[in-house]
Amino acid sequence: MIEPGNSPLRSIGESPLTPQLAMRVALLGGIALALFAIVFFRLWFLQVLTGDLAVREAANNRVRTVAVAAPRGAVLDRSGKTLVENRPASVMQLDPQQLPAATREAAATWGQKMTAWAATPRKQRGPRPAIPAPASAALEERYALLAAVLGISTKTINERVISQLAQIPYANVRVQVDVPTSVRNYLLERPGKFPGVSVDQVFVRRYPSGVGAAQVLGAVGQVSPEQLKADSFRGVISGAIVGQEGLERSYDRYLRGADGTKSITIDAAGRLKGQKLSREPRAGDSLRTSLDSNLQRTGEAAIGSAISRGSGTAGAFVALDPRNGRVLALGSAPTYDPSVRAKPIATKADYEKQFGAAAGAPLFNRAISGGYPTGSIFKPITALAALDRGVITPETTINDPGVLTIGTQKFYNAGRQVNGSLSLVRALQVSSDVFFYRLGRDSNPLKGQIIQTWARRLGLDRATGVDLPGEASGTIPDRRWRAEQNKREVAWERKSKKKCPPDCLYSDKRPWSVGDNIQLSVGQGDVQASPLQMAVAYSTIANGGTVVKPHIGMAIQSDTGQQLERITAPPLRRVAIDPSYQKAILEGLHQSTLGDGTSADVFSGWDQNKFPVYGKTGTAERPPRPDQSWYAAYVPSAKKPIVIVATVEDGGYGAEAAAPAVCAMLADWFNQPSRCSTGGSTTR
Amino acid sequence: MSATTVIKSGDEAKGERAIGVQLPFDLALVLATLGLAICSLLTIAAATADDIAGSPDYFLIRQIIYFAVGSLLAVFLWRSDYSRLRELKVFFYGLLIASIITVTVFGSVARGSRRALDLPFFSFQASELGKVLLIVSLSAFTIDMTRRVAGRRTTVRLMALGLAPAALVMLQPDLGSALVFVAITAAILFIAGVPWQHFAAAGAVAVAAVVLALAVLPSVGVNVFHNYQKDRLTAFLHPSETSGSEGYQQNQSRIAIGSGEKTGRGASATQTKYNFLPEHHTDFIFAVVGERWGFAGAALVLSLYALIIWRALRILTMAKNLYGALLAGGIVVMLMFQIFVNVGMTVGIMPITGIPLPLMSYGGSSLIATMLAIGLLQSIYAQGRRAAMSQGRVLKFQ
Repeated sequence: MIEPGNSPLRSIGESPLTPQLAMRVALLGGIALALFAIVFFRLWFLQVLTGDLAVREAANNRVRTVAVAAPRGAVLDRSGKTLVENRPASVMQLDPQQLPAATREAAATWGQKMTAWAATPRKQRGPRPAIPAPASAALEERYALLAAVLGISTKTINERVISQLAQIPYANVRVQVDVPTSVRNYLLERPGKFPGVSVDQVFVRRYPSGVGAAQVLGAVGQVSPEQLKADSFRGVISGAIVGQEGLERSYDRYLRGADGTKSITIDAAGRLKGQKLSREPRAGDSLRTSLDSNLQRTGEAAIGSAISRGSGTAGAFVALDPRNGRVLALGSAPTYDPSVRAKPIATKADYEKQFGAAAGAPLFNRAISGGYPTGSIFKPITALAALDRGVITPETTINDPGVLTIGTQKFYNAGRQVNGSLSLVRALQVSSDVFFYRLGRDSNPLKGQIIQTWARRLGLDRATGVDLPGEASGTIPDRRWRAEQNKREVAWERKSKKKCPPDCLYSDKRPWSVGDNIQLSVGQGDVQASPLQMAVAYSTIANGGTVVKPHIGMAIQSDTGQQLERITAPPLRRVAIDPSYQKAILEGLHQSTLGDGTSADVFSGWDQNKFPVYGKTGTAERPPRPDQSWYAAYVPSAKKPIVIVATVEDGGYGAEAAAPAVCAMLADWFNQPSRCSTGGSTTR
Repeated sequence: MSATTVIKSGDEAKGERAIGVQLPFDLALVLATLGLAICSLLTIAAATADDIAGSPDYFLIRQIIYFAVGSLLAVFLWRSDYSRLRELKVFFYGLLIASIITVTVFGSVARGSRRALDLPFFSFQASELGKVLLIVSLSAFTIDMTRRVAGRRTTVRLMALGLAPAALVMLQPDLGSALVFVAITAAILFIAGVPWQHFAAAGAVAVAAVVLALAVLPSVGVNVFHNYQKDRLTAFLHPSETSGSEGYQQNQSRIAIGSGEKTGRGASATQTKYNFLPEHHTDFIFAVVGERWGFAGAALVLSLYALIIWRALRILTMAKNLYGALLAGGIVVMLMFQIFVNVGMTVGIMPITGIPLPLMSYGGSSLIATMLAIGLLQSIYAQGRRAAMSQGRVLKFQ
């Protein structure tokens, strides 16, 4: 209460300064002092103690570093012919700063949703998050204007903007790569009509030789945020184009060169205030490969024609130099024109149509990533194991009555053929299954699972280490593998609380049996190998025990053709193969291309004296699908020995589809007339 | 006017003589005001040179005119007897309420709020002049009402008088000015000697109201604050995490000030130049000072403000009557509050409330209102000194 005695409120006209007022004024002064002190200390902290940090932040604010793309190095074949090179192209970009903030936010939200969606298991996933619509009608109108000029749909532009912004929020959005010059000029002359649009020059990959080898050469693409963190992409700037598949990926370190950087000064609205080239781009080095353009082309044509004439749906081939593992040709069918992927595909539907499962998944490199039962081309491995352990000698004869009975189970030859008494050479020549069934049966109780051991020694059941990404390691079934499968099946059933259906990819919880070993002995059952692995195994037999490491890269060259670095791929290991065993097996393989051998009619027009062919047909059963056709061949030569393995999915017997393709490739390799006929052998 | 003829007692006479010639106005206050005016003009010239293509001096020339007009009005107030204003309290209060209502209803919309009335050559912000009008009228009401009955009810009535315009500007919405009105009201009541208990009670009510407005009412669907106001109030607590514009502005301001370091970046002050700093000639002008002239410049400006506050407090104690003391008290707190909240906002320790920096920020309404307040202070000084002289004594309290 205010009372007259102690109140500061007195009559007007008196000087008001009472002790109480003085105290209150002093209090105000004290508060003022404290507030000024706080602000002073804060200023001291901001400007003097941590000012240098702010100086840096201010610099980051206005200076953006953008990459100046370095031209990627070329990829050359063994003779120096260019397989991949660059071509300058105009790319039409949109500045994200010129897009409404709502668009950038929508992109970020969509990106988060996509990440979450991709992380949830396939079965629990809802539908794929929809791409948000343009943030405003004005933006949609801008897109529509652009779309009309570029000849793509407004929806496509929106999709590209959102998906790119979700990945790298501040980089320019590439709306269209490889814009024609007329369109480019039209856009540049009308900056007012197309705000935020800029046209930049980039390099796109060009494939002048038309050789194909699409999956081997691979593709380039924008570096992903995950890759930016990886060691192998050190020094790469966000938004840069790097190798993403194939050789482009494995040799990206050399091919990509070093992007230059450009410092651009911008204001708060993102308007350009000046730019400066702060680092010159350094062009990438070239990669010289061991690929032979002609052989590659022939291989692709041969597999392609097998498919087109109806024997088979897909296929692959590998040609190796058995001495050193150099890959002379490597292809996968169906394939595609790599230049199509040098620029973005217009729509997702287009992409699906060209590269989806319905199109035969042409991006999948079946030569290195496909895991197939190999059929009879596995038999030399079984033979080697049996010889090495002394289960048989090269001279041992075994009676082949057309069937091998194990308990109640009967294992027949193909077509229930009866071959009678035969030794190893003859068994390989006519591809007697019963002969190898017996080796499988007899080696099953032996210590060390010899067939599996030898398969692994020769390079199966593990990646070969080829210089391409995405290699499959395959499967060689043995006791331990079978036990693990059973464990997985039990775990699967416990988790999903239902019984494993026949197609749940596991087993029927049975133990390893002699039947498994019998199946393996002829490359059937659970065995899985890639054409490349089989090529390595055949090379090892051919060269007498050196397990080569297949590789495509031979040297890194400067753009003037000077060799900068040799790429060496020392053999993985040596295995001891008794020369007499090697001789016996090779003799069997050679006989199979002669007389009544399984691929004799394919090579009926071949000059066997000049270039003896050591080949083996394979016919892998893959129920419910048709059989898969295989052929493996070795042709010795002082200068250019070669091992070729080819396979055609659903191609039928080995002599039907794969062997003629290999024959065509050999004819090309040795400059022989291509008198390859389709074989009629119905032996596996 | 000369002071040498005044008879003084011993000690004080010595002190007076040491100062020398006695001026009829507070010289330090004049110098501080002029100093800030110069700082303001230099800063505006530097900050806005690129803002309007073709007329780099657009803002500078206008601010010079506002200073000139403000100075004239200040001189006029200084030469007149502020006590006469007390008689016009109802008129002033009415003018205050009417102008705020007029602007709220007819004003032009800038950034989502109606704060200014567009006149030819001038955009009139009622709440700026209103701050001075509130000081003048509320001080008068305080004296009249407490002379009759002093008590809780009087305190409540006075608070209601002060908070009415605050509530009205909240509708514009202008949270910053509303807070200044509240501060002025509290200051006048404080100087008038309202007991602590009343303040404590009012404080408790205020806390309850804030809790109600921020937490309770939104949960039942009534939103007292706009979302942007809530964002502003909370953004300063974690500016770098906030991607929204509130955190952005505060972060850019902090970067601008920090990057000035000890002596400033001069012409290469890119935060200002490239527009990273928003509102660089109005609300965030202190950040321009900090970036361009560094700690040295910012400290100079703050020192000038400290000088003004000190002189104003001194004038408060010299007032010839309680009305003068209340006016001075209101003015001191109005300036202090605006300075601290504005500078605090630019250095990232206070939320963004849209309060201009007195005498520095570009803008006629704020500048002229502040000059009027300075003129009033000078008038209180002159009157107080004259009264003291006529009573044959000068104040001991300095």
